[in-house]
Amino acid sequence: MSARERLAGGTANFIDERTGAAKWMKKTLTKVFPDHWSFMLGEIVMYSFVILLLSGTFLTFWFDPSMKEVEYEGSYEPLSGVKMSAAYASTLNISFDVRGGLLMRQIHHWAALIFMAAMVIHMMRVFFTGAFRKPRELNWIIGVALLTLGIVEGFLGYSLPDDLLSGTGIRIAEAIIQAIPVVGSYLSYFLFGGAFPGEVFVQRIYAAHILLIPGIMLALITAHLMLVWYQKHTQYPGPGRTEKNVVGYPLMPVYMAKAGGFFFIVFGVTAFLGAVASINPIWIYGPYNPGQIGAGSQPDWYMGWLDGLVRLAPPIETHAFGYTISWNILIPGLIVPGIIFTLLAFYPFIEQWMTGDKREHHILDRPRNNPNRTAIGAMSLTFTLVALINGGNDLIATHFDLSINQIMWFSRIGIILLPPLAFVITKRICLSLQRADRELVLHGRETGRLVMLPHGEFIEVHEPLSPEKAYVLTQHEQNPPLAISSEDAQGVANPQGIKGRIRTRLSQAAQEQIAKPTTKEVLELEEGQH
Amino acid sequence: MTPLIRIFEKLSKYRRHKFAGPALLITGLSLAGIGFSVAQAATTEIQQVATSDKASLIAEGKEIFARGCSSCHGLNAEGAGAAPSLIGVGAASVDFQVATGRMPMADMSQQAMRKEPVYNEAEVAALAAYVASLAPGPAAVTNEELAWERSGDTALGGELFRTNCAMCHNLAGQGGALTQGKYAPTVMGVEPRHIYEAMVTGPQAMPVFANTVLTHDEKLSIIKWIKHAENEPALGGAALGRVGPVTEGLLAWTLGLGLLIGIAVWLTTKAR
Amino acid sequence: MSNENSGAVEKLSDPGLPEHVHRKTDVDPRAAKKAERQVAILFALSAIGTVLFIYSYIWIPEDTFIFLPITGTTNAHQLFLGLGLAMALFFIGMGAVHWAKTLMPDHEVVDYRKEQRSKDEDRAALVATVKEGAANAGLGRRPLIKRTMGVALGLVGLSPLLLLRDLGPLPGDELTKTNWKEGTRLVTDPGDRPIRPSDLEVGGVAQVQPAFPPGKVRHLDDIAKDSVLLVRLRPEEFNLDAERLSWTYEGIIAFSKICSHMGCAVALYEQTTKHLLCPCHQSTFDVTRAAKVIFGPAARPLPQLPITVDSEGYLVAQAPFNEAVGPSFWERDS
Repeated sequence: MSARERLAGGTANFIDERTGAAKWMKKTLTKVFPDHWSFMLGEIVMYSFVILLLSGTFLTFWFDPSMKEVEYEGSYEPLSGVKMSAAYASTLNISFDVRGGLLMRQIHHWAALIFMAAMVIHMMRVFFTGAFRKPRELNWIIGVALLTLGIVEGFLGYSLPDDLLSGTGIRIAEAIIQAIPVVGSYLSYFLFGGAFPGEVFVQRIYAAHILLIPGIMLALITAHLMLVWYQKHTQYPGPGRTEKNVVGYPLMPVYMAKAGGFFFIVFGVTAFLGAVASINPIWIYGPYNPGQIGAGSQPDWYMGWLDGLVRLAPPIETHAFGYTISWNILIPGLIVPGIIFTLLAFYPFIEQWMTGDKREHHILDRPRNNPNRTAIGAMSLTFTLVALINGGNDLIATHFDLSINQIMWFSRIGIILLPPLAFVITKRICLSLQRADRELVLHGRETGRLVMLPHGEFIEVHEPLSPEKAYVLTQHEQNPPLAISSEDAQGVANPQGIKGRIRTRLSQAAQEQIAKPTTKEVLELEEGQH
Repeated sequence: MTPLIRIFEKLSKYRRHKFAGPALLITGLSLAGIGFSVAQAATTEIQQVATSDKASLIAEGKEIFARGCSSCHGLNAEGAGAAPSLIGVGAASVDFQVATGRMPMADMSQQAMRKEPVYNEAEVAALAAYVASLAPGPAAVTNEELAWERSGDTALGGELFRTNCAMCHNLAGQGGALTQGKYAPTVMGVEPRHIYEAMVTGPQAMPVFANTVLTHDEKLSIIKWIKHAENEPALGGAALGRVGPVTEGLLAWTLGLGLLIGIAVWLTTKAR
Repeated sequence: MSNENSGAVEKLSDPGLPEHVHRKTDVDPRAAKKAERQVAILFALSAIGTVLFIYSYIWIPEDTFIFLPITGTTNAHQLFLGLGLAMALFFIGMGAVHWAKTLMPDHEVVDYRKEQRSKDEDRAALVATVKEGAANAGLGRRPLIKRTMGVALGLVGLSPLLLLRDLGPLPGDELTKTNWKEGTRLVTDPGDRPIRPSDLEVGGVAQVQPAFPPGKVRHLDDIAKDSVLLVRLRPEEFNLDAERLSWTYEGIIAFSKICSHMGCAVALYEQTTKHLLCPCHQSTFDVTRAAKVIFGPAARPLPQLPITVDSEGYLVAQAPFNEAVGPSFWERDS
């Protein structure tokens, strides 16, 4: 036994005698993970979170969350002698008087943008492949919670430096809080310790940003990962892959190397962005002053859709009995996002109700094989995209020589018309793709080679698909829609009533498919000539 | 002729090459572009006018005005239709509008754009003298007169800019949108005298910032801050247009996610 | 064309896991050696990155600038520190991944799933345990315990919310009040200079705050509600009723600068159209009609400050605002 083996053995023995970890360790190291690039999107999110924790901790060593007014005495000349909050001054200090400070600030902020972007793309992958189906609905809900927390965390994070751009965002957030009926002004005064902007909000959002929200997120991420671990990861359809197995590579050594390596790659790319691309240059924005504003003020991209919604809202307020309800703020700021996130969180159950499918699923759907779901996803994305684009309407106007008024009207009408249009177009495209798949299985791949038959006819040579490919194209299930009868044999009306009828209609829409070729049809063709 | 035919015969060998199409397209576009630029350069003539004394300056200005401005602004600068009266606008307005190329306007759209000036410095001075002679108005300034480097305070200039200018021209002076397709242009790359004159005369949609509201020294501070911002390198890397989160978000999605997803695809592909 | 044969659909039979295809590094030892060298080069690049990082931190002065295409002129210390760190991290990852791809075994392994649902006997055992436990607790037989426990837990759970009371003062009627009173002078922001009507030209604007008595300090809280924009038009350009006209002075009109929508500073004045534009959400206000909203999500015009001149000829407020400034709230009655 070599010295290394003795050391390893000794350590393992020490731990096992105290924890009984050997059996669990063996199971863990041989655990199988399927290998597909779209499964790494969640990893990007996870690693970005770690990068945020590390770079964020660095920043806390210098940041001062106080709003006490100070005169700037640091090395950035154009702000010399200017009155600002200690929070802003400490951020300038980190940027210019701490070596590596600006780099860490930029890495932290880029990591946050990538964190949110990867989360959205990961969510889209999970949605379009149906990975949220039983038994993974809980994980989906945890994911939606993480998305919401991420948006809030990011917003609070970039508001910590108390600069003019982010301060404007806080003003807008305060206006939303203030607009809440009955309790709005009280909530606002409690959160800000008095009138806006007050002297305490930076230290309060600091506590939320470095402790409360990361703590909750860490717990939710742990639960999220544990569920993936115990339920085992889903896999794409393919030869040898069934609902009852997982095909892939073992944790040790392949997955550890690939996933561990990917962590360093994500960190490296984020650090690269932090080195070469300027982000949140607060010294240009100046300290927050409620009497100042800059043209082209936008929140970070993950809040941009909210800003866009607020911009296109119609100017409706109701005044009655001495009270005011600002629909123009509440609807785009709270009600619509609330509805969207609730529907998002409960979507797995909504789909279950529509299709009546309550079985476990571990094989992913190809998006084209579930046209209804894919179309719903495209519709939601279109809605969000129109809102997001409208959030930058003034920048788009100056850049492309357009008028903000025209863009606003385009967005107001577009946000109602474009999503249903996207739904219809996406659904038809999915059905077309299914038709194409069917043709491919039944008639093979068109090779483009023309052959002249002895009697003079020209035909194109079709190459039959490999059994693996044919399997992938036909392994999906096509379930009939729910048939909920309105009356039973004795003429007694269905107690479900209108709910049942709605469900039937939705189920029919959900199950609209192009019939895949039956085994009989394929075998018949294989025997015939082409 | 025959060498030409030979050349074409040789080239014809490549007519079915996969890059033949793109190559032809690029050649055609380049020729069109170069041809257009050459043609455009050839049509702008700069007239040389040399003057020295005041009265002849005004007379000269009147002549240039009659030739190049009266068709919109009226023979006596009284204004007509969309073109405002120039009586009382002062030499400052003329220096700003004409020397930045805004006037004469290329098209009758919402807004006069900064472009290559049509008239040279001497002609601008003549025009300014003529308009100033019509009625008293703000005087033009020269870059040398404005002692912004000596008398200006950069930090104060920043504060003033953020309070008075940033809401139209953006926190970094990159410009911003106004209503109905108008815009506040970027203040970068503008001569100090033009910045001063713009504040004093309030061109088009821009309001007037009289020296009684924004003092002469405060204006110098603003100019000093603008010049500093113009010359300040992007301290954290590529500036991304200095317009904030929109371009930052775009970069995160395209370069950031793009690189990472590309690497993920490579990572999961089987090695040969 | 849909679902006709759905009842009779069967899957084509699963051809099973595909044949394993060997990589070049599996069969050719020279290719394997080459891959090993490549991995080593990648790790070495990472080490070079770390060296660059350390060098930059210690030896590149913080005020050096360097010009690069695309990034333009930028701070060299920052740039190379970051590039060094990026290289150091990135190439470790690339090395590890390349190693896994080319040299580690790439045979696909199969693991089996269990049904998530527990076995029936386990579930029955759980149910029995819970029932027994509940019976032992005896809550069913002892409702008094259950009820008083509920009350006690509810009280102790909710009452600490009381501790949050001192998070802030009650708003009272503060949201309706500003520092503007009858006779308050309008002063420039910044500068605190009082303003005469003749100071403002037609087409001009001024950023204005209320004059503070000596000794009183202006805080951001005050700026957040007091900020006013002064605009001068020609008197005939106004389209106002008699009362609002009496709040102007010789063509000068004053509005609260705090947007009635969500509180951004509305200071963008278009001289040609006489419109005020709020850059946050593009609400547009018409100055000639007392800042009436003509576009955008704002639902109320900007409050107008009545102004006049005092005995020394400086602009002063006639009275406080007649309504609350800034964004709406529940108790706002107009």
